Amino acid sequence: MMYLFATVLNGSPIKFPQISYVSILPEIILIGVAATIMLLVALIGRTRATYGYTGLGVAAALISGVWSYHLNQSVTSHGARSVIGGALAVDGFSTFFMILTSLGLIVTLLVAEAYLYKVAARGPEFVALTLLSASGAMLMESAYDLLVLFIGLEILSISLYVMVAFTTSRKLSKESAFKYFILGGFASALFLYGLALTYGATGSTNLAKIALFLSNNTLTSNGVLLAGMVLILAGLGFKVALVPFQFWTPDVYQGAPTTVTGYMSGVVKAAGFAALLRVFFVAFETLRADWQPVLLVVSVLTLLVGAVLAVVQKDVKRTLAYSSINHAGFILLGLYVATAASIGDSLYYLFAYTVMSSGTFAVISMIAHLEDRTEMSLSLTDLKGLSSKYPKVALSLAILLLAQAGAPFTIGFLAKFSVLSAVIQAHHYALGVLAMLSVVIAAVLYLRITLSMYSPVVEKRDVSDEELVQAVSLGAVAVEVEEETQVKVKSKIPLPAGIAVFIALAITIGLALDANPLVHFAAQATLLK
Amino acid sequence: MSVPGSWYLILAATLFGVGAFGLLVRRNILIMFMCLELMLNAVNLTLVTYSRMLNDIAGQVSVFFVLVVAAAEVVVGLGLIVSIFRGKRQVTADDLHILRG
Repeated sequence: MMYLFATVLNGSPIKFPQISYVSILPEIILIGVAATIMLLVALIGRTRATYGYTGLGVAAALISGVWSYHLNQSVTSHGARSVIGGALAVDGFSTFFMILTSLGLIVTLLVAEAYLYKVAARGPEFVALTLLSASGAMLMESAYDLLVLFIGLEILSISLYVMVAFTTSRKLSKESAFKYFILGGFASALFLYGLALTYGATGSTNLAKIALFLSNNTLTSNGVLLAGMVLILAGLGFKVALVPFQFWTPDVYQGAPTTVTGYMSGVVKAAGFAALLRVFFVAFETLRADWQPVLLVVSVLTLLVGAVLAVVQKDVKRTLAYSSINHAGFILLGLYVATAASIGDSLYYLFAYTVMSSGTFAVISMIAHLEDRTEMSLSLTDLKGLSSKYPKVALSLAILLLAQAGAPFTIGFLAKFSVLSAVIQAHHYALGVLAMLSVVIAAVLYLRITLSMYSPVVEKRDVSDEELVQAVSLGAVAVEVEEETQVKVKSKIPLPAGIAVFIALAITIGLALDANPLVHFAAQATLLK
Repeated sequence: MSVPGSWYLILAATLFGVGAFGLLVRRNILIMFMCLELMLNAVNLTLVTYSRMLNDIAGQVSVFFVLVVAAAEVVVGLGLIVSIFRGKRQVTADDLHILRG
């Protein structure tokens, strides 16, 4: 403080860091468009149609994705760097995640258009909130300082609390929003206390400076630092739903609007894992011996609890919530065996998971839209007969679910294979067997959903003989009439949501047929040291 | 007479513990909310203390960020509480029991 006053009194200028606007352009675009949308709403007034706003949002996501790709190319040619006084990193890792985030954002916005219209909560605010939240995710992914990471986390979370509560008329939505808010706030506080303790122990919140301090000094009593590390792990573990901190997941996933659930399971999880990875592999790399056993226990628990509890659920969204916990265990397992240089397998898995999960929830919200279901929950029996009514929808959901289960010819298979082969290569055979076992258990749940979609509706009808005779005699006519009524009941698949599902399917199958680009892309996503 | 820094740290840790315990145990939603704020302020005290002990300005700057974030959280949180419990006399977490399993 004295130093600050002294510089003011002496008249010498206070040094500000050079701000590289080019590196934060993806975030700036998202925030700018979100603000523009709110301004337009104020100027034009609320209209029933929100196609324009959604279009604006998708365009923003697209541009920031393209710019992230440009940054990615510049990293390959010019090398990784930290910008704005070492607060942000521009490296293969951050740009990889930023591209993934804009992809998830596009899918979310496209699906939200039709879904929210159905649950009568359509509004341009939703688009603005989603953009803001995604900008927080991008900030988290490129943060090179614990404080910046915290700010990104909060931008992401606070927008998300509102998004979860967006369908205000529904009790379920409000309840899950409140649960998410209280537990999310708790997680943020834990992370923040971890930040404070780490700062106290190492004298800095900058990841590179923490790493430098830890490699130069051997702490005689590192209790404070270890406590800080555990608290940071707990705080971020909440966001990505690792096992001791997973209890909010099924409730929130079920109660939230399905579009938001997809966003949470895709974009938010990716951002959380990005932060977790960067903090532990950059700042705490020298303390590897301390955090690796913790990671092992957490990943095994996450794998098993996710798989086992998923099988006994009756609600589709709850089932998928537990399955996302199982996936988180897989990603963490990849991290357990990885070194800073070989996080590519986990990143590949994360990319595949984000695409598959966003796609799955996109299809489910499409089903809710088509079936005219205003309730937030969708039980397994509700899916019966879906294949005969909407064959295309059922087929896409089946493909995405099988991909999540790890069926061949999808990226789900390649992702599981790469993580498992990394585990085996590190000679953790028991761990590999355990992971495969959890895959088998989890496969049951995906097959259960698929089977219930393809099983016929059982309807009890009292048909008297007379009617039967009539029906037979009128045979052809009756069939025609029935078909006509069915066509009436059927509603059309909304085009934006269709595009979103198509994107997810194309990536799920397309990138499996030629695996090299994504493998190469994930391998390039290295961390700035 | 000067108070050693570790006393502040212990006080902050106690406050944080009280906040965390209250958040998990109390059923009144407003009290849970207050506990959340208590946890954040305990962190602020920790940051200021370390900042003083390390003779480094960064910790105090961090406090400003935390304050702003806490204010933003209050806005959203109170909005949620009002919308959930509009027309009810009591605000307890036991009313929120639809989602379970």
